[in-house]
Amino acid sequence: MERKYIGKPIKRIEDPRLLTGQALFTDDVHLHGMLHAAFLRSDYAHARIKSIDISEALKLPGVVAIYTAEDFGDYWHVGPLQVPPPIAIPGAKFHAKGLPPIAKDKVRFSGEPLVVVVAINRYIAEDAAGEIIVDMEPLDVVTDLEKAWEDTSVLVHEDIGTNMAALVKQEKGNFADAAAQADVVIKRKFYVDRGASGAMENRGLIASWDNRTQNMTIWTNNQAPIPLRNTCAANLGLSDSQVHVITAFTGGGFGPKIMTSQADDVLLPWISMKLCKPVKWIEDRRENFLATTSERDQIHYCEIALTKEGKILGFSDIFYHNTGAYDPYGMTIPLNTMTHTMGSYFVPNFYTEVRMVFTNTMVVSPVRGAGRMYGNYVMERMIDAAAREMKIDLVELRRRNLIQPDAFPFRTGITGQDFVENVLDSGNYPETVRKAAEMIGYEKFVKEEQPKLRAQGKKVGIGFVTFVEGTGVGPYEGAKVTVENSGKVNVATGISTQGQGHYTSFAQIVSEQLSVEPKDVRVTTGDTDQFDWGAGTFASRGMTVAGTAIHLAAVAVRKKILKLASKVLETPEDELEIEGGVVRVADLPGKSISLGNLASRSNPTRGVVEPGVEPGLEATAYYGPPYGATGQGAVAMILEVDPETFEVKIQRFVLVHDAGTVINPMIVEGQIMGGVQMGIGNAFYEELAYDEYGQLQNASLMDYLIPAATEMPPKMELGHVVSPSPLNPLGLKGVGEAGAIPTPACFHQAIENALENKIEITSSPMSPSRLFALTRK
Amino acid sequence: MKPAPFAYFAPTNVQEALDRLNQLGYDGKVLAGGQSLIPAMNFRMARPAALVDLNGVSELFYIKPAPQGGYLIGTMTRDVTVENHPEIKNKFNALNQAFYTWAHPQIRNRGTFGGALAHADPAGQLPGVAKALEFRMKISSKATGERWVDAKDFFAGPFTTVIDPSEMLTEVYMPDLGPHTGTSYQQVARTHGSQFQVAVVVKVVLDSGNRCQKANIAMLAVGEQPLLAEQASKLLAGQPLNDQNIDAAAHLVATKEIDPGTDIHATEQYRRHVAEVLVRRALKEALADAMQRGG
Amino acid sequence: MSDEFKVSMKVNGKIYECSVEPRMLLSDFIRHELGLTGTHVGCEHGVCGTCTILFDGMPTRSCLMFAVQANGHEITTIEGLGTMDDLHPLQKAFQEKHAVQCGYCTPGFLMTLVPFVEKNTSPSDEEIREAIGGNLCRCTGYENIVEAVKLASEMMHPGK
Repeated sequence: MERKYIGKPIKRIEDPRLLTGQALFTDDVHLHGMLHAAFLRSDYAHARIKSIDISEALKLPGVVAIYTAEDFGDYWHVGPLQVPPPIAIPGAKFHAKGLPPIAKDKVRFSGEPLVVVVAINRYIAEDAAGEIIVDMEPLDVVTDLEKAWEDTSVLVHEDIGTNMAALVKQEKGNFADAAAQADVVIKRKFYVDRGASGAMENRGLIASWDNRTQNMTIWTNNQAPIPLRNTCAANLGLSDSQVHVITAFTGGGFGPKIMTSQADDVLLPWISMKLCKPVKWIEDRRENFLATTSERDQIHYCEIALTKEGKILGFSDIFYHNTGAYDPYGMTIPLNTMTHTMGSYFVPNFYTEVRMVFTNTMVVSPVRGAGRMYGNYVMERMIDAAAREMKIDLVELRRRNLIQPDAFPFRTGITGQDFVENVLDSGNYPETVRKAAEMIGYEKFVKEEQPKLRAQGKKVGIGFVTFVEGTGVGPYEGAKVTVENSGKVNVATGISTQGQGHYTSFAQIVSEQLSVEPKDVRVTTGDTDQFDWGAGTFASRGMTVAGTAIHLAAVAVRKKILKLASKVLETPEDELEIEGGVVRVADLPGKSISLGNLASRSNPTRGVVEPGVEPGLEATAYYGPPYGATGQGAVAMILEVDPETFEVKIQRFVLVHDAGTVINPMIVEGQIMGGVQMGIGNAFYEELAYDEYGQLQNASLMDYLIPAATEMPPKMELGHVVSPSPLNPLGLKGVGEAGAIPTPACFHQAIENALENKIEITSSPMSPSRLFALTRK
Repeated sequence: MKPAPFAYFAPTNVQEALDRLNQLGYDGKVLAGGQSLIPAMNFRMARPAALVDLNGVSELFYIKPAPQGGYLIGTMTRDVTVENHPEIKNKFNALNQAFYTWAHPQIRNRGTFGGALAHADPAGQLPGVAKALEFRMKISSKATGERWVDAKDFFAGPFTTVIDPSEMLTEVYMPDLGPHTGTSYQQVARTHGSQFQVAVVVKVVLDSGNRCQKANIAMLAVGEQPLLAEQASKLLAGQPLNDQNIDAAAHLVATKEIDPGTDIHATEQYRRHVAEVLVRRALKEALADAMQRGG
Repeated sequence: MSDEFKVSMKVNGKIYECSVEPRMLLSDFIRHELGLTGTHVGCEHGVCGTCTILFDGMPTRSCLMFAVQANGHEITTIEGLGTMDDLHPLQKAFQEKHAVQCGYCTPGFLMTLVPFVEKNTSPSDEEIREAIGGNLCRCTGYENIVEAVKLASEMMHPGK
């Protein structure tokens, strides 16, 4: 079916505003009488708070108020979990430890907020914070995952008597049997670390209570504005309708902006109510590193069992996952690890066990990939270990184990982050593999080019991995589509936008149904007064779930248009067409009515509206998938390693991706490329370096290394395969996290290949220094 | 991350600046490019009581040929001005290469040549270049007038030079290379423009037989401050710069002359290993540079 | 506390006269005193580049200057580059090549690139990556930005 708008690389409608500095971001908001907050944060990672003396700080001119946990009285409460516990999984053990908004009695990670200072500007607020005297009794610190699990002498939460945050086991088939029957069983231990989201805009929130209207307005860059509104209303004993959350333009989300239980989310609205003044808090970069959530370390003990032909019979993975000092985000990350380990491969017997551990470090919550990368990493590395031992080509071994196109929908037997069984909906895995191998010129490189380069002493290697990406999970999203009297269309949905181009891609979906140009479709996201049912932007679900709801609403509006136009034009519906903002009779272009006119007619100020007919040309629709749609792909790269300094230079990068139906290919490619940057960062540059005292040693961009343009490959060559998802009418799958998931495994495989397998990499991230150490082992 | 309060002075000429610094004593800190000082102030790691801003002292912005050869560079000359100076670009290979790796263009637009030296950041390229290329620094004060200090005596420790409170660096002398002289700058850094793990700056002077007459080997980030590898220099003096000798010198530097540490980016062992590699590469490149320049 | 200093500076062609505390960062001054919020703040330690403006025509990090230092100088911010109805070739090229996603780093990139595209008629990929090495982006992976710069160069120096 030829589509006019869907599938086209339409230029983004929102760009001119962003390009000229005319877009409103949270810190751009100025309100009359606005005050500024700053936090005093704990340096200690684990300590009892003995006393806090704010007397000197209060004396500074310009300081308005200072609050400790005690000052909030009964309002201080440990945040509810943002994600429910995994009771859907039989035998799951889970200790719920929500995030306290501000530390009371005890701090459990370095950076935990101790005091809120409110002043007439941020400079003075920071001066005051510097005058506060905190007396703390340092306690022993636990940061090592395995030690924290086994040893109860240092407890992050004494009341539960353990550092176990959760223990979840899942099994498909029987791994022990598979291992017994296998010709080859290989075991490895992996240490896999990730990092911060590194969005260019830090978090921020403005809470403004107007006592005269009894309404609370919150400007923020949150990924979940509706849950934030609901939590805020509940916290303050207000009606949902009294709280209005507006997400301004957001400078990147990538996960951590989904938190709704941090100090600012919970305390600033209360403070604003108390002072009857707007209060603004803008996070600085140091705070972002210390106290905004991130993804960190997992330790995996893996076993893979294969036949001598290289068919995988089983895989076992017992892993430790660091949840940090609290677990407000439940088990989302490790469950994603579990559902992504088998990846693109048919693994008949699979055992996975996660030991989630509390440590005295900052809380872990999803960062682009949300746990998927770890599962991908260990499987791909284990396959590499098997390929090495069995002397089978890396790509060939993968090919032999791919889930075939006729196997869909493919039930994995493992429950995922949405608490239902992970089912792979559609795909053509052999095709993405074939295409990626062709694009990188795998055969030619391995057989001809590489031997030549090696003869010259150059250490050039190739990597090739596959990946799956679970996307588009429930619970649901909704949207409202309205044709206005002007003939333009208004769309509102509950998710928010952090740069994914929703203003354009969502417009394209509506344009396809209503034949109104995308520039005349106005999309509003993340404004709870415009739409207030939904969950938020996460798990690459914006397009798939909200996009589908928008499509369904547009379809419903189209029906209303045709029904009313049929009456007005006295013509059967099947003889009508909508084109260029006008409804007309096919073959009789003179007989027509503009959409704007029709909209006016549908909403008379006098007269009669038929019973059962809604006024206006508007519809609201919801969509909740039975399970998430899964994208898939393959990544290949060629890189060179300097054999003396172990610096690495990427020469070529190929990624073939299947995300189902593509609404705007330009936006999809942009998402993939952005994810690759983070994947390269996670592979070789980025790491939140906590020492054994729980001190973060690199809380700045000087030492937390985010790849710049000079670290990226010269060109990212992208290929596409399209296997529409049967789960939604447009066949959509998400794509936001694709680039970040497989890149580290591919990067490390390529390094091993460059160094002719003289080393084996079993931990991430790598660095020149770490590579050197491996060569000396 | 906002800085703590400070008193601010913006003199318009050198005399005024020196008067002010004299008045402030220990409380006074010079503000040059600010590309190192202001981040430290924003983190509140540096909290000077008073800043004497030299950006309005136009007489400190210059590059002029020195009567004895080489260049006299006013302390406030922007890094980018030195970087783009066509003659300097052509002659001083090591300086060129150092600029290429030096932070980012925006930093070099504002940062100053003198500031980079006076700040004495152990993570800075310029102190190493200064030592290898034998810069001389002119330090001025109201009380004592002017004094010249050789680069090798100028740096006293991390972020510490021999400049006393009330004094300021006013001029840098960059001597000509002379015939048969070549330079090279080598480093490893994890990302382009970020902190290097090890850097080496070499100046090699050849005699008429193309043997090494003198080799200055400055090592960066492998000790408390940039150091000159004297033993390796002695080893090479009078010797041909063949592979064997270069290897021996590099090995000597790496094993005996440096004291690298371990941090989150690299281990001591890696730094030692890479130091050897970089000294070797720098000597080879400086040799080629010297041969190319001829007499 | 500190005394206030009177400053006078030209921003986007207009003269502004204000009183500032010496420690006020130029980035905060531009954004909050002048209300020109197109210049963004990402780190306040001079690494991310989102605060880049033109100071006397040179790309400079406004978070590493005090407002008081801009007295008597000339600043161009993103608001002085083009308008929604009259985009600068760089802005047009960025839109054409999808070099903008969240848009937070974009003003910093654009101001960094203005002198670059004026001077370079046909820059190589490597030269472009070098020029933007001091600007971080977490959304685009930089590739489309490089393509946009090449397009802008062509637009500004046709036939070269």
